[in-house]
Amino acid sequence: MERTVTLQIRRQDRPDGPSYWHRFEIPYQPQLNVISCLQAIAELGRTADGERVPPVAWECGCLEEVCGSCTMVINGRVRQACTALVDDLLAADGEVIRLEPMTKFPVVRDLVVDRGRMFEALKRVRAWVPVDGYYDLPTPRIEQAAQQESYPLTRCMTCGCCLEACPQVNEHTGFIGAAAISQAMLFNQHPVGRTEAEARYRALMAKGGIGECGNAQNCVKVCPKNIPLTDSIARAGRALTFYAIKHYLDK
Amino acid sequence: MVEQRVIIVGGGLAGLSAAMKLAELGRPVDLISLVPVKRSHSVCAQGGINAVNAITRQEGDTEYRHFDDTVYGGDFLQNQPPVKEMCEWGPRIVDLMDRLGVMFNRTPEGFRDQRRFGGTLFRRTAFAGATTGQQLLYTLDEQVRRWEVMGRVRKFEGWEFLGPVLDHEGICRGVVAQHLTSMEVRAFPADAVVLATGGCGLIFGKSTMSMMCTGAAAARAFRAGARYANGEFVQVHPTAIPGADKHRLMSESARGEGGRVWVPARPGDTRDPLAIPPSERRYFLEEKYPKYGNLVPRDIATREIFNICVNEGLSVQRGEYCVYLDLTELPPERHRKLEGILEIYQKFRGVDPRTVPMKIFPAVHYSMGGLWVDYERSASGGLAAGSPRNQMTSIPGLYAIGEADYQYHGANRLGANSLLSCIFSGLFCAPGIDCYLAEALKRSATDLSARLFESAAAEHREQFRLMAGRFGTENPYTLHRELGQTMTRNVTVVRTNAGIRETLEKLDELEDRYRRVGSTDGGGWANQNVVFARSVGDMLTLARVIAEGALRRDECRGAHYKPEFAIPPPRGDDPVTLRAEALRWCQAFRRQNERWLKTTIATFTPDGPAFSYEPVDTSLIPPRPRTYGMVGAEIVEDVWKQMQAEAAPAPG
Ligand SMILES: Cc1cc2nc3c(=O)[nH]c(=O)nc-3n(C[C@H](O)[C@H](O)[C@H](O)COP(=O)(O)OP(=O)(O)OC[C@H]3O[C@@H](n4cnc5c(N)ncnc54)[C@H](O)[C@@H]3O)c2cc1C
Ligand code: SF4
Ligand code: SF4
Ligand code: FES
Repeated sequence: MERTVTLQIRRQDRPDGPSYWHRFEIPYQPQLNVISCLQAIAELGRTADGERVPPVAWECGCLEEVCGSCTMVINGRVRQACTALVDDLLAADGEVIRLEPMTKFPVVRDLVVDRGRMFEALKRVRAWVPVDGYYDLPTPRIEQAAQQESYPLTRCMTCGCCLEACPQVNEHTGFIGAAAISQAMLFNQHPVGRTEAEARYRALMAKGGIGECGNAQNCVKVCPKNIPLTDSIARAGRALTFYAIKHYLDK
Repeated sequence: MVEQRVIIVGGGLAGLSAAMKLAELGRPVDLISLVPVKRSHSVCAQGGINAVNAITRQEGDTEYRHFDDTVYGGDFLQNQPPVKEMCEWGPRIVDLMDRLGVMFNRTPEGFRDQRRFGGTLFRRTAFAGATTGQQLLYTLDEQVRRWEVMGRVRKFEGWEFLGPVLDHEGICRGVVAQHLTSMEVRAFPADAVVLATGGCGLIFGKSTMSMMCTGAAAARAFRAGARYANGEFVQVHPTAIPGADKHRLMSESARGEGGRVWVPARPGDTRDPLAIPPSERRYFLEEKYPKYGNLVPRDIATREIFNICVNEGLSVQRGEYCVYLDLTELPPERHRKLEGILEIYQKFRGVDPRTVPMKIFPAVHYSMGGLWVDYERSASGGLAAGSPRNQMTSIPGLYAIGEADYQYHGANRLGANSLLSCIFSGLFCAPGIDCYLAEALKRSATDLSARLFESAAAEHREQFRLMAGRFGTENPYTLHRELGQTMTRNVTVVRTNAGIRETLEKLDELEDRYRRVGSTDGGGWANQNVVFARSVGDMLTLARVIAEGALRRDECRGAHYKPEFAIPPPRGDDPVTLRAEALRWCQAFRRQNERWLKTTIATFTPDGPAFSYEPVDTSLIPPRPRTYGMVGAEIVEDVWKQMQAEAAPAPG
């Protein structure tokens, strides 16, 4: 018999609808990833039991883990679907591949969630360099060591893994999450970005800011880009203490 | 006074640059994008961005040489003024991106590090690790977010552009778009519209591009009357790794940092590559092109890979076009600069390319063709700054920038020039649009009758309703797969008229079957099925433009290679015959240019594209044979120079 891959997918038709599971089977091929399975399911249009169903909705873009679109929970672990290789999943977790949407964001449909809050958080921490304008002016010199420290933080693709894994991200805390804290520290490190450091500190001290972090360190373990999130959080914590004291003394 | 707005469709490097510059000029912008702009395809760019810099300058480099490399690389098919202007802007653009916070790699002293890329002898490429596109895109995204907070930019992410809205005079007055979650279709009035919607690699099924790169937006503008230029010029990158879902690029920077391409000298040599001694390897690019080595332009490198695999039977994977790209000899600091791509290789191939040579294959990568756009030449041979004509399509008020336009790369794009052309066209079009709006002040979209917009939206709404409700026997995913197969087989690296005709027949069949595409999702919520099916129709439209353009163009130029029409290389055992042969070659080359050094222009008609040809402005750098110092081609260069000297009017 032809070898197949079985996928169990948690589906949901609408944001307010109930969720339910569908099982799909597709022909096995070497070097499949979860995205190619979803593409095969879309073409197939039916479940393993032969029932015709609307295709599963999911998001993807680059297919090489740089755009952050395709984050989902695969066999219980949050990660990018495009780098989830079927052979590895079968070897690690057994015969069935289980796909679910992330839980910390509202579901739009099936595996698609709304990560708008992450982009809003970038506004809150003013994640940009406030330049004078876009004319031709001299550039800053940047030490190699500073570049090497900042570069890893610049690779954050707003994928959501760190929020999904964080116990403190929930409706009650309104916690902005590790990604935004790390971005705040990235810009505070920049020679011109630094000029808005205080506004960023204030954002981090507000409700939903760094005070919510319980230092569980889950975030850093799931970040696909190996961003040193807990270092950023620790540095932010120290900087905020200084800022708070200075602010107190200045009063 | 009424407020005039600009709509930008697409938030890759091009769209974001335009948005930020227009915002700075005080123009309110609506930014419409399929995906959150931070996830645009531009994130994929790995290698870097070209610009003359302090170091290359001291080695004799100038903006003019960058310009020359670009038109030589493009086989002279570009209008030269826009290219000249772009190259002059290169250093300013890289400086600007640096100021905005892009973490370019640094030298120990703190200056920007530079690497070499294909088609040049200078280390002209600035980079941020092997994720330069991501860094540039994020930086622009941050600036645009800043304008968003200040209220100058409104973002509509998760909206798909369906078509421009034209008034009774044929002037573009807005767009119709659909929200991809609620499926709401509505019109967005505007006084100028910019398409920055990227390339169309998905027409070839699998490519190195992101999944949104269908070219659908350009196809919709084309159907509305915008001219499409040089569609047949499609870049196939020499070094990618194949996958079931897409081909993943191994950037040219791997060779820029010293990676070498080779095959075992003996066909079918199955030894572990590391066990093959250097004397039993063929570094075929270095052998044939000693001057440029592994960094010949992509069209040439790709053809040489085909040649070594097909004609010499030296592929390292039977039945495929596969060669080694070897980074194992590079020192660790070079590996560090390439980390982003080494990670990709390791993730998808399960092998560490630091210790084992990579197996790489050619893959469709970039569309040189695109929407035809205008420009205004300045007295010095560059562009007239602030001219409303710059980047305007053949539809007044509709602009195109970035990979969606055709302007900068001719018949073949040089590596690391696209990030430059995207940002340049985005920044440079802004003052022109500003002037266009100032001139058009008399008419603002807001005083137009609401009926114009409502009827345009209603038409698209109805089309969507019909598609979503259709019961049909054909499956859009299957049609797309077959489209990709036929296009890849016959309209990529080596083209024959018989093969292209076969593809055109296949396109007839696919178009016919497309009418019977059924919807598997009648739902009015996040309906990806119908959205995909719709884009397949658009891909079929552009596929025909590409294939028919290729059929008509009976010559070899850049990425368009038809062996039937190649000028046979000069051969001869004695110098006299060789010289006569070279003369024959050069005369044939001149005739070829007279006949074919023209821009292909496709115009939509209900019966398929109509083609015409437009002269190319080569007034600054006269065309010359593109040899890249190939061994044995010296004689051609020599004879060509002599012919030029004789043809030139005597000085005096
Ligand atoms: C793997 C890879 C590596 C590369 N590396 C380099 C490099 O090192 N150097 C270099 O110079 N070039 C490189 N390139 C080329 C370069 O990345 C692209 O040409 C460039 O990023 C295109 O940018 P863009 O702004 O034109 O479009 P894109 O970045 O493709 O953006 C298109 C935008 O349009 C939107 N859009 C598309 N259609 C619609 C629609 N119908 N409705 C609404 N919105 C729509 C999308 O959402 C997106 O925001 C590389 C390309 C690839 C594939
Ligand atoms: S350290 Fe823990 S609590 Fe803090 S952001 Fe990371 S996962 Fe969340
Ligand atoms: S910090 Fe890492 S896990 Fe979090 S969003 Fe960024 S890339 Fe994803
Ligand atoms: S598709 Fe871009 S990260 Fe997976």
